[in-house]
Amino acid sequence: MSKYRKLIVTTALAATLAAPVYAGTYGLGRPALPEEVAAWDLDVSPNGTGLPAGSGSVMDGEEIFADQCAVCHGDFAEGVGNWPKLAGGADTLDHEDPLKTVGSYWPYLSTTWDYVNRSMPFGNAQTLEVDEVYAIVAYILYSNDLVEEEFVLSQDNFLEVDMPNRDGFILDDRDKTEYSVFNDSCMSDCKASVEITMRALVLDVTPEETAAKGAAVEVAPVEQSVAEEVVIDDIVALDPELVAKGAKTFMKCKACHQVGEGAKNKTGPVLNGIVDASVGQVDGFKYSKPMIAAAEDGLVWTEEELSAFLTKPKTYMKGTRMSFSGLRKEKDIAAVIAYLRSFSQ
Amino acid sequence: MSESNKKNSPSRRQFLTGAASVGAGALAAGTTHASGPDPLITQVQDWASGTGDGVDVTPYGLPIQFEQDVVRRNVEWLTADTISSINFTPIHALDGTITPQGCAFERHHSGAIELRKEDYRLMINGLVDQELVFTYEDLERFPRENHVYFCECAANTGMEWAGAQLNGAQFTHGMIHNMEYTGVSLRTLLQEAGIKPEGKWIYVEGADASSNGRSIPLEKALDDVLVAFKANGEALRKEHGYPVRLVVPGWEGNMWIKWLRRIEVKDSPVESREETSKYTDNLANGIARKWTWVMDAKSIITSPSPQAPIKHGTGPLVITGLAWSGNGAITGVDVSIDGGKTWVEARLAAPGQDKAMTRFYLDHIWDGSEMLLQARAKDATGYVQPTKTQLREVRGLNSIYHNNCIQTWWVNESGEAENVEVS
Repeated sequence: MSKYRKLIVTTALAATLAAPVYAGTYGLGRPALPEEVAAWDLDVSPNGTGLPAGSGSVMDGEEIFADQCAVCHGDFAEGVGNWPKLAGGADTLDHEDPLKTVGSYWPYLSTTWDYVNRSMPFGNAQTLEVDEVYAIVAYILYSNDLVEEEFVLSQDNFLEVDMPNRDGFILDDRDKTEYSVFNDSCMSDCKASVEITMRALVLDVTPEETAAKGAAVEVAPVEQSVAEEVVIDDIVALDPELVAKGAKTFMKCKACHQVGEGAKNKTGPVLNGIVDASVGQVDGFKYSKPMIAAAEDGLVWTEEELSAFLTKPKTYMKGTRMSFSGLRKEKDIAAVIAYLRSFSQ
Repeated sequence: MSESNKKNSPSRRQFLTGAASVGAGALAAGTTHASGPDPLITQVQDWASGTGDGVDVTPYGLPIQFEQDVVRRNVEWLTADTISSINFTPIHALDGTITPQGCAFERHHSGAIELRKEDYRLMINGLVDQELVFTYEDLERFPRENHVYFCECAANTGMEWAGAQLNGAQFTHGMIHNMEYTGVSLRTLLQEAGIKPEGKWIYVEGADASSNGRSIPLEKALDDVLVAFKANGEALRKEHGYPVRLVVPGWEGNMWIKWLRRIEVKDSPVESREETSKYTDNLANGIARKWTWVMDAKSIITSPSPQAPIKHGTGPLVITGLAWSGNGAITGVDVSIDGGKTWVEARLAAPGQDKAMTRFYLDHIWDGSEMLLQARAKDATGYVQPTKTQLREVRGLNSIYHNNCIQTWWVNESGEAENVEVS
């Protein structure tokens, strides 16, 4: 031990010597402009600081929620699959499997407003108008039976909403409840017997040991797609550089769409063979009403149609569930279509 | 290459048979005698005759092909989507203390974004004398520091609250990495802007769509928090917040904001999503702890473990693992081979460092009998890592976060290990 102590002393000394000397300011950086602070300083605090003026009703919220949020969170904020449930769970916090939602767990309404405003919808954050955020938050409150159907949330009544679990938190108390008792350093005869009480292999939920999927986006090898001659022509015409660029652009789509071998429907449908396919035909995917209507009209995803859709999805097809603002650059659209074309069925 | 292959083809065949017999020999216990001359020694091998890669083949290298299984892995059923998810460091296959960036765990809330240094801006605003904007180049002109720290997700081992679940140290304890950071003290940047007397907290957020904002008390912000741009000597990886991340030593990984874009000095915490609905610890009575920032002392035997079984039979066995504490330096690690009845002190590879990982070894002679392997960390505050039972007595089963219990590996007579719970 004495050897160790000496080492620690030396390390401490070295640390002191290495620390830079602080002498006032360095005159680096530049003053932030008011517009810049306004653009980034969006956080909202429990007392309402930072909340912009505006309002939104439960009724409006229901419609916006169905368009923008329901694909993951469900029409009634009940959550789809493994996506977060935003409603329900009242009085379950002391149960075996507590359901922690905005209604049952979140202590402050400001947190919901702030999070919806800055980070939602997933894959299309910071696109909602202030009044839309108010409306969505009002609808989430309604889904939790915390307000009536006619309720309108605004900056004026924001602090009046009663959050059920407001008092459900205590400050970290480990220093009192744990640190004084977690000091057992018994070295021998620490217990009389040891029995195995549970085994992970019996539960069997560990993933199979396979090498991780390559970090780089896989561009489908050309050989794989040589099923029909028509396809060969298409593939030969594909510019590998453009396909590679498209693979990069597709990162924006990956939040919701999978493509390639083993791809599954996620928030959005599988995109294998989507170019020149009929609209709305992916097995097992629940399409929006306008998408179903377009399918019934016999719309085909030609390059032209796909380009138009990807430029501004919500303008091209009002009511689509695809909550993506669109690709601004034409060359990005061409690249992503080339990339999609490299995946046949 | 093809030339040398042709020349050596007979010996290649023999090499293959030779290798098989060497493999079989390795399973036998103790010291073995060679059954005959080893062709790997007696015959000229390809690599000893031909040539290898030139210096222009690999401008930036990845591990050799034989190490392809030493990679991050994820658990699909944990989250709805891999964009907002986590993967695990292959700690079972690493040694030493520094985690290579390429296999250090990732946790994103809106995916790993690509942000160029040229497009990077850091804003300091709020209760300061002068609100400021820095470029990446500005940050490089402040005095720099180097420190090694561990970064552990608060949910590390979180799946094990209710019982032994995942069979591997990578999955039970792999939401952690330990790197040497280069950056600027946050204190220096805050002093540059000048903190007003009402300033008691900072709120930090990232440039990605999740923003992942967190409130940090000013006391910590002025203590040891680092605005880092290098890890293990090179630029941060995209998945760890390139070009700039926050390093909050000893505190839960969620606070280590990646793609750091704004620091606001405030008089009170924001109570953001990540510090209310998440990263709060539910107790058995339904009340939750909040502001549980510190990661308490913890250790894990990385080998042998379920993914790293004993393959060499009885005799000398290196039992090794990692220990760390957010409250200071590790002062010792005890190891038990009988499920906690008796303990022996392990050897620390180097004296424990403040809020950084420590590697420990127990040089053991294995007699081939079953073992219930456990490790127990002790830190500079006198804290001793608790058992699962001790933790559950205080917190119940629903805490999710901050599970730093003693882990048990059950090693059977053939050297295979399994994640178990013991009485």
